[in-house]
This record gives sequence, C-alpha cells and structure tokens, in this order.
Amino acid sequence: MLTIKDFAVSFRTRRGEVDAVRGISLDLAEGETLGIVGESGSGKSVTSYALMRILDAGGRIKAGSAVFDSRDLVQAAEHDMQAIRGREISMIFQNPRAALNPIRKVGHQLEDVLRRHGRATRRDARAKAIEALEAVRIRDAEARYDAYPFELSGGMCQRVVFAIALACGPRLMIADEPTTGLDITTQKAVMDLVRDLTRDRGMSSILITHDLGLAAEYCDRLAVMKDGQIVETGPAAALFADPQHPYTAKLVDATPRPGAGLRDLLPAEARTPLADHVPGGRALVQVRDLVKTYPAKSGPVHAVKGISFTIREGQSVGLVGESGCGKSTTSSMLVRLLDRTSGDILFDGFDIADIPADRFVRDARRSRIQMVFQDATDSLNPRHSARQTIADPILRMSDLRGSALAARIEELATLCGLPLTLLDRFPHQLSGGQKARVGIARAIALDPKFLILDEPTAALDVSIQAVVLNLLADLRARLGMTYLFVSHDLNVVRLLCDHVIVMQGGEIVEQGPAVQVMDAPSHPYTRTLLAAAPMPPAATAAAPRSAAE
Amino acid sequence: MTETTEVPGRKPDGAWAHLLHVLRENPVTMLSFGMFAFFLLQAFFGALLVPHDPLATNAANALQPPNWTHWFGTDSLGRDVFSRVVVATRLDLTISVLAVAISFVIGSVLGAVAGYWGGWIDALLNRVLDTIMAFPLFVLAMGIVAALGNTIENIIYATALINIPFYARLVRAEVNIRREAGFALAARLSGNSHFRTLAFHIFPNALPPMMVQVSLNMGWAILNAAGLSFIGLGVRPPTPEWGIMVAEGANYIISGHWWVALFPGLWLMLAVFTFNLMGDGLRDIVDPRRRT
Repeated sequence: MLTIKDFAVSFRTRRGEVDAVRGISLDLAEGETLGIVGESGSGKSVTSYALMRILDAGGRIKAGSAVFDSRDLVQAAEHDMQAIRGREISMIFQNPRAALNPIRKVGHQLEDVLRRHGRATRRDARAKAIEALEAVRIRDAEARYDAYPFELSGGMCQRVVFAIALACGPRLMIADEPTTGLDITTQKAVMDLVRDLTRDRGMSSILITHDLGLAAEYCDRLAVMKDGQIVETGPAAALFADPQHPYTAKLVDATPRPGAGLRDLLPAEARTPLADHVPGGRALVQVRDLVKTYPAKSGPVHAVKGISFTIREGQSVGLVGESGCGKSTTSSMLVRLLDRTSGDILFDGFDIADIPADRFVRDARRSRIQMVFQDATDSLNPRHSARQTIADPILRMSDLRGSALAARIEELATLCGLPLTLLDRFPHQLSGGQKARVGIARAIALDPKFLILDEPTAALDVSIQAVVLNLLADLRARLGMTYLFVSHDLNVVRLLCDHVIVMQGGEIVEQGPAVQVMDAPSHPYTRTLLAAAPMPPAATAAAPRSAAE
Repeated sequence: MTETTEVPGRKPDGAWAHLLHVLRENPVTMLSFGMFAFFLLQAFFGALLVPHDPLATNAANALQPPNWTHWFGTDSLGRDVFSRVVVATRLDLTISVLAVAISFVIGSVLGAVAGYWGGWIDALLNRVLDTIMAFPLFVLAMGIVAALGNTIENIIYATALINIPFYARLVRAEVNIRREAGFALAARLSGNSHFRTLAFHIFPNALPPMMVQVSLNMGWAILNAAGLSFIGLGVRPPTPEWGIMVAEGANYIISGHWWVALFPGLWLMLAVFTFNLMGDGLRDIVDPRRRT
C-alpha cells in the first residue's frame, strides 16, 4: 500500500546541509503494522514528518519517492496533501497534551476534524464525536465530550488524539512514540487499543519508537534505523533471535529483559565482570510513618500517607510506582528539598526531617545525601559548562580550589566516563548520555553516602541507558554508595536493585527482596505492573541464560 | 526529535566567533550594531570632531539652509545645527543608558525576589507595579520631573521609574518558571543558598529576553527624555539636546526653515530605530544555546 524508495531528507543548518534520512526503502502491506525502531537522531521521526510533508522549515525531501495508493506523496501538491492528511493517513504525536488545543473542549476538536473532512454535518457532529470517543473506549463519552484537555489524564488525552486520528477512517496511521511519558499500565492500555482498532478496521500502521521491546510486542515487522538508514528489517522474533546487523545486535542486547544481567546489556567486548555487591547490615536510612499532605482549595491532598521502610548501608533499593503514587514526593523529602508533614527520616541514626529544608543547605549532612535528577537536560544550568556544573558543589561545600579543584573535576569526569575534551561544553552541545554523566559526576562530587536516583535513565536511549546503569553499578562498587532508585520501569529496577518498594496512592503496597517481589509478587498491583511491562522475545543467541547469576 | 549529527572533536565556538556569527547571520543585526557604533563614536568623540562650537551664536548667520560650511544649516541664533546634533548624542545616550540601567537593576531585583519567593511579596509587588502602570507613563514622568525639579538627574530617575514595571514583570515570569527547574533544585543540593541559587543559577537564564527589553527600552528612554525636553521639562537651553532642538525648530517649520527641526528629529529617529533593531541580536549574543 505504501512503497518508499530511496527516500532522503536533508536539513539546512548553520554548518551546511545535514542529511537526516539517507535513502531508505520500505514497503508496507495492507493491514500490516510496521515498527520503525531507532535511537534519537536516527531519522525515524523525520521520516514520518517527511511522509506527511510537515517538515520544519529548512528541511526538504532530497530524493526518492513514497507511493501511497499510486500517488507519490513526494510529488503531490500541497492542496492534495491537505486532503490526504487525516482522511487517508493520520498521525499520532508523542505528547498528547501538546497535540490537543488546550482551550477547546475535546468534543469540539473532534467535531472540527469530522466536519473539515465532510464526515459530519453541523447537526450530527456531536453524536458522531461521541461515537468516536466511545470507539476508543472512553467511558462516559457523553460527559467527556465537554472536558478540556487539562481535565484528562495523559492516557485519556492520548485516546482523544487517537479518536481524532481515527475519526475520518484513515487507511494508514503513523504513531510517533505514542506512549512515551505515559505510565506503564496506561502504555499497555493505549497500545492494546491501537492494535485492536487498527486490526478491526483493517488499517495499516507504522509505529515509531525507541523501545525495541514495545515494538516487538505490537508490530508484525520491524525496521531498525541508524543514522538515517535502515540497517535491518524483519519479523520481531527473528530480529531478536538472530540479529544480522551489529547495530541491531547492540540494540537487542541493550534492551532490559528477563534473564539478562546488567553486563549483558553491553556489547560483548565490554562485559567485564561485575564487582560483587554485598549490602551491609547497618541501617543507613530509616523512614518512619512519613506523611506529606499538601493544602489545596478542595481539601488537603495526601501525597504520602505514612510510609515506613529501611535502607541498609550499601543496599540498592528500588522505589517503584506510577505517576502520582508519591514516589517523587518521597524522594524529595528524603533528599531534603521538601519538608514533611509528619514522621521521621533517620539518617545514620539522626532525624534529619527535623531540620527545615531551607536550612539543610548549611547542614554538614548536605554533601552526604545527593540526587541524580530525572531529566538530564532540565537539571543542568543552560548557561554553565560541564566543568562549572561539576565544580559547583565542590566550591560550595569543600575547600578545594585551583589546581586541586581542576584535578578533582577531571577525576570525576573520568570516573563517569565523560571525555575531558567535553568539559568546556554547554549542555546543549552535549548528547543525552553525556548530560547524564555530567549530572552523575555532580551528584558524586563530594562522595555522598546516599544517592537518590530519580529515573536517571528515563529520557535516554536504550544503549545509553545500558551504559549508564552499568556505570551506576560500577560507581556503587567503587565508592560504596547506597542507592534509592526511583523508577516506573520494573525491568530496569530488577537489574540494579536488591530490594524493591512498590507504592500506590501514597502507600507502600509491597516491599521485599527484588527477586521475591519480581518473581512472586504478593500484591495484585505489583502483578499488574509486571504484566504491563512489554516483554521482548528471549534473545537466545545474544544473551546466554547463565547470565542471570 | 532533532537532526543533530554532530562532528565529534570539533571545538565549540568561542565568544568572539559567536558574536561574529550572529552578526553575519543577520544583516539587520549587522546594520544595527554598525549604527550603534556610529552613535557611540559621536557620544565619545563628537565634541572633539565637530567643525563648530555648538553653543557659539552668530546672529548674522541665522537660519542658513544646509550648505558646505553648515551641513545641517544654522538655527535662529546662528548656531551650527550639525555640531549641536552631534554633541547632543552624548547627553541623550547618557540619559537613556543610565535610566535603563537603573530600571534594569531595580526591576531585576524586585522581579527576581517576587518570582522566586512568591507569596505576599509577589502580590504586593504586582499591585505596586499595577499602580505605576495605571498612570499614563509619560504624564507620570512629567509629574515627577515637575515635582522634583528640572534637572538631568530627575529626568533619569523619572524615566527609570516608569520603566521598572516592564523589567520586574519580565524577570518575575522568567524566574518563576525556573524556580522548580531541575537545575535550580540541583543547585540547592549542591549547597547553594536560596540567594545564590536565584542570583547565579536562575537569574542569568532570564537574560536573553531581558536583552530584547533593554534595547527596546533604550529607544523609549531616548524618546521619553527628548519628549520631556520638548515640552520644556528637563534639559534647559542652550544645552544641545535633540528634544529641545526639535521643539525650537518646530516654530520655524511653517516659515520654511525645515532643517532646524528635521535633523535633530532624524537623529532621534535613527537612534530609536537602532536600539529597536539591536534587540534580537543582543538576545542571540547572550544566549549560550545559540552557540554550537
């Protein structure tokens, strides 16, 4: 149905023309689901934008053809494209909230599309819009018709976007990272819906994602992209079992999966033995009946409802839950950025919760408890170079100056695998993985005992995630740090943590040794979480079973 | 997703290379910086370079049209308009630069504090700014100069005061959105006090939009100062100043002596034009993200 041939896209930039897509060829059959998998910068999104002819200024299709139903999308006039977009080919974008107009009711936005393409008249638009909302399994569609996007959850917004995309009965749907930023259970619900509806309607679809596991679960065929080229195509199971291209093998290896240890995520030549990790017995952090309540106009919001747990020295504890479960609030209180409502946080036997967050900056324990932030980009000052960023905590909380300071910064950079030549770059001149390393180097600059890792790999590509997770494991062994690893990704938590705490609605529903919680969960919520995680097919050739320790 | 395929090992641009790039990329920025240099030259060396004494009167030579000795002609007292226009640059630029600097500093401090701490400080500041902005600003400036006395300092203070709200609001908004940003929290964890976090981590990130405001404001400040002088408040004759010169020349336009008012007006217009054009260029220069 769609035949792409020698498709090339380039962008004009400050330093000349950059080729984003370099001659790719793809075929998509009627009713087929194709996954385009690649890491950031591989050109996968650019390909889809170019197909829809919605490239940014400066971008142009340099060569090739994309024949959809005997019409070449590359040659089609803009006027014809307007008719094709939405009616024949529709697209779902990454951020559903950004894709919806924030000041219009979702029902009206649906009506706009229906009427624009002549699918509804003014009289029956409302009924058809509600019908479309029901089609994407939105409960109580009649009431949701009048909702504004901000009143809906992320998953609900993505369903509305999906309803809009489906409204005109397109024959091809392109989904560009449709579930990035959604909770794992929501991701499953949305993806199941996409699969069911496209199948029922006999539609073809293209799923663009960085998550090989997700693509493998939902696509008939995968195309792996790297540097603007397709390096390999084939059915998911075959790709996992026997990757032909080294890059595919690297991606398959780096995808966390059951039965693979931390080192198995790295390419074979980098699999040095992992240092033994034996958690000590002494309690380092003890949390007792910790409560956080926010005042709000509609009554107090109980973010954390009296939780208790203990973190032992040298232990790595995973704090798992979906957005809104209170895990971020808990980590903010532990790192003393936020004051608790009641309860104790004993660090080394001393109750640090009594010290107000505003004054903790001057406390001697400030340097002992540090944090690696979720979004490496957001957590680096855009105006500070990597060197300045790493130097900041040292300047504030130690007496190191001059050449000793410079030496310490270089030592930290080396420890975190950051090339010294990059130290004078600004964050926007660094890649995602490099920014993550700068953030980690800053956090460990003063040898903290307790490090809180707030989804440190959530925004990273899988191959970089693999490297960063291994780096964290190595640092733990070398510096004897204790970790609290906050995450929603159970596959990742399984790799790094000895102990897991599962939170839901501000309460701990289950906690225990990682193996026990993962393999024999006792709480139904834990089971739901585990079931929702996409399961990549076992990569028999790439990761031997013995790797599970 | 972006299409960055960066060449590894290439050195990032330094400050100079970046400045040159910004100038080269945008001809309008280049033009505005060139004109700014032209005005700066007049401000610093104008008094030394002009062909005639700007204050020397010569009744016999009054109201001469532009000619080779008097390029912009002479005014009703026979003073050389060209010399007066050039010499006036220093005074007009001084007034506007000082006024903008004062409002920049005060506005930044007020806005940053309100944006960072919020609460009653924020509410109070906003109401005070609303009060200032409720007046027609030029009339407020007139009132201040009339009440405090007719001096150059008072023109500067008045111009500064009416511009404070623009800076305070801009900084407040820019600081407010970054208050909870990851890098601000990270700065707190690195042992920075609230003050340091605000002053050295958050505030500098508000500079790019501030630069646009500064350059637009310079234009307004010059117009404002000239406007006050035009209506007789502020700079007093015989000091050369564009506003007064336009005011003096206005009486002679009807009698056909257009040059007396036109040339100072032209300079005034060019100066405002220059500052308005400079904004985007300045923003690009202070924004490290524009470097590659």
